[in-house]
Amino acid sequence: MIRLSEADLDAIRVHGAATFPNECCGVMLGDVEGADKRVREIRPLANVFEPSAGFETSVLPAGAAAEDVATVGQERRYFVSPQEMFALMQEERRTKRKVLGFYHSHPNHPARPSAYDREWASPWYTYIIVSVLDGRPDDLTAWQLDDDRQAFSPETWEIVDPS
Amino acid sequence: MARVLIPTALQQFAGGTDELDIAGATVQDVLDGLAAQYPDLKKHLFNEKGELRHFVNVYKGSEDMRSLDGMATTVSEDDELSIVPSIAGGAGPIKPLPEPVSVISDDRGASAELSNDEILRYSRHLILPEVNIEGQKRLKAAKVLCIGAGGLGSPLMLYLAAAGVGTIGIVDFDTVDVTNLQRQIIHGNKDVGRLKMESARETLRDINPHVEVIGFEEQFSSENAMRIVKDFDLVIDGTDNFPTRSLTNDVCVLLNKPNVYGSIFRFEGQASVFWAEKGPCYRCLYPEPPPPGLVPSCAEGGVLGVLPGIIGCIQANEAIKLILGIGNPLIGRLMLFNALKMQFRELKLQKDPSCPICGTNRTITELIDYEEFCGIRGEESAPQTVDENEEITVKQLKARMDRGEDLTIIDVREPYEYAIARIPGTKLIPLGQLEERAGELDPNTEIILHCRSGKRSADALNRLKARGFVRLKNVVGGITAWSDEVDPSVPKY
Repeated sequence: MIRLSEADLDAIRVHGAATFPNECCGVMLGDVEGADKRVREIRPLANVFEPSAGFETSVLPAGAAAEDVATVGQERRYFVSPQEMFALMQEERRTKRKVLGFYHSHPNHPARPSAYDREWASPWYTYIIVSVLDGRPDDLTAWQLDDDRQAFSPETWEIVDPS
Repeated sequence: MARVLIPTALQQFAGGTDELDIAGATVQDVLDGLAAQYPDLKKHLFNEKGELRHFVNVYKGSEDMRSLDGMATTVSEDDELSIVPSIAGGAGPIKPLPEPVSVISDDRGASAELSNDEILRYSRHLILPEVNIEGQKRLKAAKVLCIGAGGLGSPLMLYLAAAGVGTIGIVDFDTVDVTNLQRQIIHGNKDVGRLKMESARETLRDINPHVEVIGFEEQFSSENAMRIVKDFDLVIDGTDNFPTRSLTNDVCVLLNKPNVYGSIFRFEGQASVFWAEKGPCYRCLYPEPPPPGLVPSCAEGGVLGVLPGIIGCIQANEAIKLILGIGNPLIGRLMLFNALKMQFRELKLQKDPSCPICGTNRTITELIDYEEFCGIRGEESAPQTVDENEEITVKQLKARMDRGEDLTIIDVREPYEYAIARIPGTKLIPLGQLEERAGELDPNTEIILHCRSGKRSADALNRLKARGFVRLKNVVGGITAWSDEVDPSVPKY
């Protein structure tokens, strides 16, 4: 179970709306209380996902909707730089605050983990997904990766007063 | 012993501790040691093939091992290794791929029969569960029409015949030219001068005698298109020009046939499946024809010989999928290919609600005059006009050269053409540079202009005329005529 405040959830929603149509991402820091987590800080992180290298063509038709299907960008992906993660790991050791999990948005897409989310997920962390429909935050869900890595299970949360 | 720092997320699999001392000379050794000691941790660090999962980063001190020697990075006693999870994810694909669809009904597929010879021949298909005997019968029942037996038609028909497509129609009225052989691999040296349709039919029958080949030795036009297409299940566009492509599209829309499209230019190609009932058509993509002459043909712009092989094979692949009813067809998607970069890219295509032939408000309900639609007919009747007294034949030019006249002859072709063949004593000024380099020319002397065939030089003549030049001559038939009539040692291209 993860405990967090309504203000924490709002911070995630606001971040998701701000980066629309791109995905936002961020980290949840706080305390480990036995099997439970208590969020103390929501911290936005930079989405540094880069689509694969540019494709040049001189024959692009005028009438084509140049929306790329195969080469997705930040509207469908997020990536936190390993350097930033390393810094977070260092910070975790210096301070008492632990990295409890991460959040990201699904622009115009349901708040359900994708196969891609699962492929990249680590165990134990809480993953919060906020669906952002046409710029407005919608459904918000929390997940944890199963130990066999085959699926996500919903994680329960409890709304508490801000710390 | 190196010290390994474990992230919170993985501590539960490492005995609940946040650091461990593990022996090893390299990162690989240390991680293997860690996995051996904590088997539960192993599946989170390594995938089924034993490779490090791509979300696992390892830092030695404060450096990412990928900027060092990766897994082979050496580790000493007092090094600190941090396991750093990569955090990534995101929503699924924007749009699901189109569902499989077959142009052959179950009944038609079931009623086709395969001989024992055919069953043996198609063995590698039959053992694919996705094809099997049922799919092979669908192929046998299928009737595919290929418009053009050229660069795209050549490779794709070879594969359709080999795959056992029962009936292949070929529309082509052209004859095989030696310059076709660089890419049109259905034809050989012995076929030069023969009808492409005949040559293609012979090759296809040689590859697979079970295939019925129907030849249409006629120019595909508004007059015959409906009659030719109506009995086929799908059409493959192997044409090389805008009017015929528009005609192919329109007849397919009107008769509700899928149109497997491909086009090539220099090093780039495109492919898609246009099927108005299920997605966009060619006119949704290109509502207006390009101005005549803007998009050069292969004859003018050149093409890498292997490129139509690649694009043609994509078309054959899509046609076969549409017959078998397997996989995700290339409907509503445009595949782009760059041979130099060796990259594929896919664009989503939208159906255009205002499309004149497949939109909600249709203005085209029958075939039109496609030459006129593309502005070509008008141009043919009024080519770059040059007065007769502004023309000079290659024989006249040679005679004046032989008399020792001091002539100014300007070659307006491109440098790479000049490198292939040239008329002696000429100066190269490519057409595109002519106006800015007009100052190099003396308006008071006679200027003789030539190109490959006489078309571009006629254009050049009119451009110079507009700038006040008066003593101009265009070489009729260009360097091609020079090779034919004056000096056969000059190669034609």
